[in-house]
Amino acid sequence: MTAPVKTHCPYCALQCGMEIGPELAIRPRTDIPANASGALCQKGWTAGELLTNGERLTTPLLHGEPVEWDVALDYVADRLSAIRAEHGPDAVAVFGGGGLTNEKAYHLGKFARVALRTSQIDYNGRFCMSSAAAASGKAFGMDRGMPFPITDLAGADVVLLAGGNVAETMPPFVRHLTGPRMIVIDPRRTQTAKLAWLHLQPTPGTDLALALGLLHLAIADDLVDEAYVAARTTGYDEVRTSLASWWPERVERITGVPVYRMRQAVRALAAAGNAYILTGRGAEQHAKGTDTVSAFINLALALGLPGRHGSGYGCVTGQGNGQGGREHGQKADQLPGYRKIDDPAAREHVAGVWGVRPEDLPGPGRSAYELLDALGTPGGPRALLLFGSNPVISAPAAEHVAERIGALDLLVTCDFVMSETAALADVVFPVTQWAEESGTMTNLEGRVLLRRQAVTPPEGVRSDLEVLAGLAKRLGHTFATEPAEVFDELRRASAGGPADYSGITYERIEAETGVFWPCPEIGHPGTPRPFLDSFATPDGRARFVPVQHRPPAEEADEDYPVYLSTGRVLAHYQSGAQTRRIAALVQAAPEPYVELHPDLAEQLDIAAGDVVRVSSRRGEAKAVARISDAIRRDTVFMPFHWEGANRLTNPALDPTSKMPEFKVCAVRVERDS
Amino acid sequence: MRLVVVGNGMAGSRLISEVRARDPHIKITVFGAETCQPYNRVLLSNVLAGSSRPDQVHLLDSSWYDAHHVNVVLGSPVAHIDRETRHVVTEDGRREPYDLLVLATGSEAVVPPIPGVERAIPFRTLDDCERIMRAAERARRAVVVGGGLLGIEAARGLAGRGLPVTLLHLAGHLMERQLDVEAGEVLGETLAGLGVEIRTGVSADSVQEDGVRLSDGELVEADLVVLACGVRPVTGPAAEAGLEVRRGVVVDDELRTDDPSIFAIGECAEHDGNVYGLVAPAWEQAGVAADVITGGKALYRGSRLVTRLKARSVELAAMGETQLTEEHAEVVRFSHRARGTYRKLVIRDGRLVGAILLGESDAVGTLTQLFDRGGQVPGDRAGLLFPGLSSAPVADSPVLMPDAAKVCQCNNVTKGQIRACWEAGARDVAGVAAATRATTGCGTCRDAVEGIVGWLCEQEGISV
Repeated sequence: MTAPVKTHCPYCALQCGMEIGPELAIRPRTDIPANASGALCQKGWTAGELLTNGERLTTPLLHGEPVEWDVALDYVADRLSAIRAEHGPDAVAVFGGGGLTNEKAYHLGKFARVALRTSQIDYNGRFCMSSAAAASGKAFGMDRGMPFPITDLAGADVVLLAGGNVAETMPPFVRHLTGPRMIVIDPRRTQTAKLAWLHLQPTPGTDLALALGLLHLAIADDLVDEAYVAARTTGYDEVRTSLASWWPERVERITGVPVYRMRQAVRALAAAGNAYILTGRGAEQHAKGTDTVSAFINLALALGLPGRHGSGYGCVTGQGNGQGGREHGQKADQLPGYRKIDDPAAREHVAGVWGVRPEDLPGPGRSAYELLDALGTPGGPRALLLFGSNPVISAPAAEHVAERIGALDLLVTCDFVMSETAALADVVFPVTQWAEESGTMTNLEGRVLLRRQAVTPPEGVRSDLEVLAGLAKRLGHTFATEPAEVFDELRRASAGGPADYSGITYERIEAETGVFWPCPEIGHPGTPRPFLDSFATPDGRARFVPVQHRPPAEEADEDYPVYLSTGRVLAHYQSGAQTRRIAALVQAAPEPYVELHPDLAEQLDIAAGDVVRVSSRRGEAKAVARISDAIRRDTVFMPFHWEGANRLTNPALDPTSKMPEFKVCAVRVERDS
Repeated sequence: MRLVVVGNGMAGSRLISEVRARDPHIKITVFGAETCQPYNRVLLSNVLAGSSRPDQVHLLDSSWYDAHHVNVVLGSPVAHIDRETRHVVTEDGRREPYDLLVLATGSEAVVPPIPGVERAIPFRTLDDCERIMRAAERARRAVVVGGGLLGIEAARGLAGRGLPVTLLHLAGHLMERQLDVEAGEVLGETLAGLGVEIRTGVSADSVQEDGVRLSDGELVEADLVVLACGVRPVTGPAAEAGLEVRRGVVVDDELRTDDPSIFAIGECAEHDGNVYGLVAPAWEQAGVAADVITGGKALYRGSRLVTRLKARSVELAAMGETQLTEEHAEVVRFSHRARGTYRKLVIRDGRLVGAILLGESDAVGTLTQLFDRGGQVPGDRAGLLFPGLSSAPVADSPVLMPDAAKVCQCNNVTKGQIRACWEAGARDVAGVAAATRATTGCGTCRDAVEGIVGWLCEQEGISV
């Protein structure tokens, strides 16, 4: 290898630009706006080790034994056919991931619906930003995480971030926030909250009440942008009436956030010439996550922010291709181009591209947790094909999920390291990873980016696209394996849909360092700010959605008296399957821990460094105690990159988005004797 | 089943929405004495202060009733309950049959029997509020009679409109039921600073055209007199129907009266000897009653009371037993009257049983929740009263920072590593960044790295 190859980081939704040079040296690019200042975090700098760390899978495994590719593919295809023949097409399920390229996500959906004809496909993005996606769809008629370029943030006077810790989850993001005053809502004083001008520290599970309280104050203090509300929205009156029940003193009692702090926040937002309201997983990963985001969007609409140059609402998407991954059909209820699978016109268009009859496309299937929960049950799937996900670590009530996976007749995974879930599989296909293959990723701004292959994959591994094509061929279908070819088909399939990629090409992405969707024609410049003139609703107006607060699915009580919240640390990514194999990252964050307040520690007789047992109604985990007054007295925090935290979390689902309640459940904390 | 609700205020309207949320089929008829749709009484002080418009306090839109198949009859007070035939009879003679009846008649303002009191306006309903506002437009001076929660909110609201206000209060200090003497005095001082003259220990003898005559003969001049002398439960029809009534209509833990087909909730109800005058208990009761009515097994066990004054620029929260002394409880107190700050914790058996917080404080949320949950009070009482006090000081001086201190979070770089890097020859941030990647993530540690490099250079006498 000689010249450095331009690509992007393998991790989060910021998709920092990087070059991979000789000896796999990583250098930040300066032409990608997300990290144009040349920033990378430790995960990015050390990403090269993913390619060389020696734990790489390079041969297919059948019941743990190395086998030839044809043997493994034949075996899987035969078993799939047999299970389908005996139990019907829905007995085979597919589970994808928000880290997969657009091309893979697209082919995964097509493979499920065309080759397997199963409705049972969903993905771990359901655990990511599905609540924000649902709420954005309701309000704006379209979900594009941040409907503005990330660089716009720097020009704002105030940015409110509800439930996001970007200083740890995507550090270079912070460089876009050095100008604005930051208001951070988080039960913990996180690295991000420490940068804030104002930190509101609510009880876990009460962000919705807080958002209602903020909007109540905006109305009571006459801070609503009435002209904007009249010109660009519908539904305000009903929302206004519904807010009479959420006066700030009531909200204070529920959230623990002092009224005067709420008032400071609202006044700062209203006084700002330009302001943004952003939500992250902290606000979204709840059984009421969709309503919580709706409440924050209502606040943004009342203040006249969305669809204005320099202001707006955005969701800070988490996974590498969290945005693109939700657009092209690996979601239970979707077809490519962010189309709905129950929309007859959408079915007809996509069936046409796929060369099948619309009536042969299955309907909507189970959502992610519902799918995992049904595995191996009567009427549930008996076989699971898993791509780019590690649910044994990342799903809620993880022990239960592992049990369900154990009840399958067939588990097939595609992985490049032996993840905890791959270790349970009947068949493991060793696949290529980021720098060994090409493909597009759509980052948190909705900017479609190109990851170019930079290195030659190890001998013996194949791409996910090749695995799908190999299986499809054995099931009687022809699937392309070249990413560029798959992307061309994706463009046609997405044409006319909300997420229209038809005008985007690899060449354009390279020349323009990314293209914003929707981009319906080759000559179209892309759409950095889609809502400036009108929203994507039938009447072009944004919709206020009346919502009411309700308590978490599980409240602290005598048996489980403490709230647990979960989240990320800087050195690790998602289930840690990649980052827990990189020496520098392990050194930075070697083990799971539980963070608790000194007062709670005193009450429980726990000292820093003690091994602590944390239990919930669903399971138990051990971790090392860290004492910190950055957390509320009534709450403990555990990172979810290791086995343990998600044994405790609550699979109560949001009725709309089917998001599990990762961010709050009730636990008991004890010193491990 | 036919459910009839008497009263369309905060308790009654809450009940019907709670019932409807649980059961789409029960036939519901609600009678309201007032002519408007239900509104949030808590927000009336905002209306009086001019910060909310009257149309901003409605709890339900008028379209809500049709959309939720609830029959609503406004401006129609219920006069009789016919328990024999299970009917309610309105003042204008309408008879409505019920299978279950909920009384949510609330309370009415106490009007003291003094000469000329008809010249004064009580502060209770939205109508009252609008009358006061109209009068305030022409008035030059106002008097508010009654220094409880509502009287203080009214006085503050009128003063906020630029009207000179005198607040007359019978007891020796304001809000004597919720506050101790010192808190009452500090509150009075705060209000005085906002243009409300406070007169405690005084009794109004009569209301005259030109003001209020006190019992000692003094005339407090005013052309607007507002009454906030407390409320009493409206229990007439219940008593007349033979239900057990003490101060309020007596109910059990299911909110049932001694007639099992009749419930009572809100300010007209008496549970376990308590008549609550705040909205939180009324809504808790509405939730329980709705659950029982729709076949649930909820029980009401009483409410913990948190009083939160809603007056611009006055932050006051009071809860529980605030008047206990050191003889009976552990009392922690901080007072800084010059700043209008007063904070008091009352702790018994390791639990917070009372608290007063006057003046802006980040402790209010924590204390309210600790009180509500009956949680154990941490040993560090000061940290509870002054959040952030116990935080370890941040050693941001490069001299004091230990070598193990993490300087760059994004790339896990310690001060020791920066020192080592400097010792290996790096003399500026760029050099340190190239070797350690410090400053290359979020970038917020740049100043700290600069500080450390500068300090190291200084130590060695190298100018930078």
